[in-house]
Amino acid sequence: MSDHEYTPKSNFGKWFNDRLPLLTLANHLTDYPTPKNLNYWWTFGGILTFCLVTQIVTGLVLAMHYIAHADMAFDSVEHIMRDVNYGWLIRYIHANGASMFFLAVYIHIFRSLFYGSYKAPREIIWIIGIIIYLLMMAAAFMGYVLPWGQMSFWGATVITNLFSAIPLVGEGIVTWLWGGYSVDNPTLTRFFTLHYLIPFLILGLVVLHIWALHVPGNNNPIGIDVKKPSKDTVPFHPYIVIKDAFALLMFMIVFAFFVFYTPNILGHADNYIEANPLVTPAHIVPEWYLLPFYAILRSVPDKLMGVIAMLSAIFILAALPWLDTSKIRSAVFRPLYRQFYWILVADVLILGYVGAMPAEGLYLLIARVATAYYFLHFLVILPILGFKERTLPVPLSITEPVLGGSSNLAAARDDSRLEKLK
Amino acid sequence: MKKTLKLFFYIFFLIPFLPQVHAAEKVEYLTTDWSFKGLFGKFDRSALQRGYHVYTEVCSSCHSMKYLSYRNLAQEGGPEFTEAEAKAIAASFEVTDGPNSDGEMFTRPGKLSDKFVMPYENVKAAQAANGGAYPPDMSVLVKARGGGVDYIYSLLQGYEDPPPGVTLDDGVYYNKYMYGNKIKMANQLSDGLIEYSDGTKATVEQMSKDVTTFLMWAAEPHLESRHKMGFKAIVYLIILTILVYFSMKRIWSRIETKV
Repeated sequence: MSDHEYTPKSNFGKWFNDRLPLLTLANHLTDYPTPKNLNYWWTFGGILTFCLVTQIVTGLVLAMHYIAHADMAFDSVEHIMRDVNYGWLIRYIHANGASMFFLAVYIHIFRSLFYGSYKAPREIIWIIGIIIYLLMMAAAFMGYVLPWGQMSFWGATVITNLFSAIPLVGEGIVTWLWGGYSVDNPTLTRFFTLHYLIPFLILGLVVLHIWALHVPGNNNPIGIDVKKPSKDTVPFHPYIVIKDAFALLMFMIVFAFFVFYTPNILGHADNYIEANPLVTPAHIVPEWYLLPFYAILRSVPDKLMGVIAMLSAIFILAALPWLDTSKIRSAVFRPLYRQFYWILVADVLILGYVGAMPAEGLYLLIARVATAYYFLHFLVILPILGFKERTLPVPLSITEPVLGGSSNLAAARDDSRLEKLK
Repeated sequence: MKKTLKLFFYIFFLIPFLPQVHAAEKVEYLTTDWSFKGLFGKFDRSALQRGYHVYTEVCSSCHSMKYLSYRNLAQEGGPEFTEAEAKAIAASFEVTDGPNSDGEMFTRPGKLSDKFVMPYENVKAAQAANGGAYPPDMSVLVKARGGGVDYIYSLLQGYEDPPPGVTLDDGVYYNKYMYGNKIKMANQLSDGLIEYSDGTKATVEQMSKDVTTFLMWAAEPHLESRHKMGFKAIVYLIILTILVYFSMKRIWSRIETKV
């Protein structure tokens, strides 16, 4: 991990550092050589850390006032909104924070897809990231159940019922998950417990995610290996720190706008109706960030196959480093992949849109086509593209775009392509 | 790539227009100049006081408001009745308390700390008195309906005779803004139904607006401080962002790379 030997200046520092090298770690983190051409899409890692900390801190305060009981949960949330000092602020930050977290994570994931950040030697970072994403979905889903509104209750019913699709043991598993024969108080209390636990698991995985990142170092917009430290890198502090801070502040302005001016727009009105097992809402829809997967689930007529399709849609991402056969990382030098990338983005947005609509008629048809395309992209297009695509010449370094082959020299000297990346 | 992008944007932005084809019968809600919308939105104090009047005179005979207390009526950012007025309002209600030292329940005049008195003992009693339909609690009603304030405002004015071919059961009424058009609440408002103490003419439109404003406050009692704090927070963030931007430029000017 150490790029050069670090010795603290003070005697106490030396004494302490010999026993627990915290100062070496801090020195590594501040000196960490980072490619200097990282663009603003790379600031979302820091933004996501901020989101996680915000959720944990606000969640902690909410948990002090919230009561995880089917008869009191809804009342306790209203108590937080009305009578707890700044309870409305804490709760709105927490509720909108979940959406902001997912917004940031989607940008982070799609940045990775564009610049090939999942490719060797960064497969482990990527897979840890997918596990974090899965845990985030679990935490968000369980968190949405806690206010015990209509969408909480019926969302929990729909999602837990998916397990009943498993042959033979399905029904038993569902009963086990519920702690009874329907979603009820035992379900709520265990969801609360897990909702409290998962963020700390995520925190641990984030440490591993960053650790794994610091071994090969950051990928960068042109996707080449960077010698470090070199003319191509800058120390993390102050260069990247200040840039991340600037991006984070802009993100916080958007966040604040949601919290203070449209705090309920991302939620569903039905969740302000207390849970009622006897009344089913007209349309049961999950939160916006789960909609693409919900669309995939509903586009398959068979329940078991639908569940398998939905889970595959997530797990397929873990296999991405091996499905993408191209040696070139960045889409900047992959003209064909770049087009398919944007089609995939559109495909996922369309899936999200039809996921919010009733599963019938034209919507169902669109959902099916989009689902098929989603799998086609990962299972067919990506593996073939690696062999068929004629990629553009890749520069050897960030500062000196010089290439070995003479035929590529002109292209390499054309700085306009690099200019765009800055 | 640009062509693909263009195509994708066309596809993506055309799709939202599909539902209009799909749900042609969707109705437009009525709206009005809500004082609490916008960056500096505040409640109209007198509208809140009139709205409370409509609520107690009309709605409260069936609809509860279980999350509100009489003290809220004197709270900052609300109807802001004086404390004496709020106390008098509270005292005008009979509250069941107890058990006392003899183990008996007793009634006493309401206090500021009491929750709004419920019109029925429980949900079953409310249903029994209303043909099986439960009049929903109004504390967060505005946030619990898709169209929000506009929906409530419209619903109160949306009663009309059913179109030919629509038959209504006993105790069911036709409302053009209700989901499915059938509602178990009869039309409650009529011009001059109540007399406002500030001399405002109690038209159906006026009462609908006042009571909806009151319900908005009931659902979001801290709306005013939220707007105030939000403005300060965002101005603060913008200034800080600008400062950090210039620091960033300065730091990155030490090396050749642009940021």
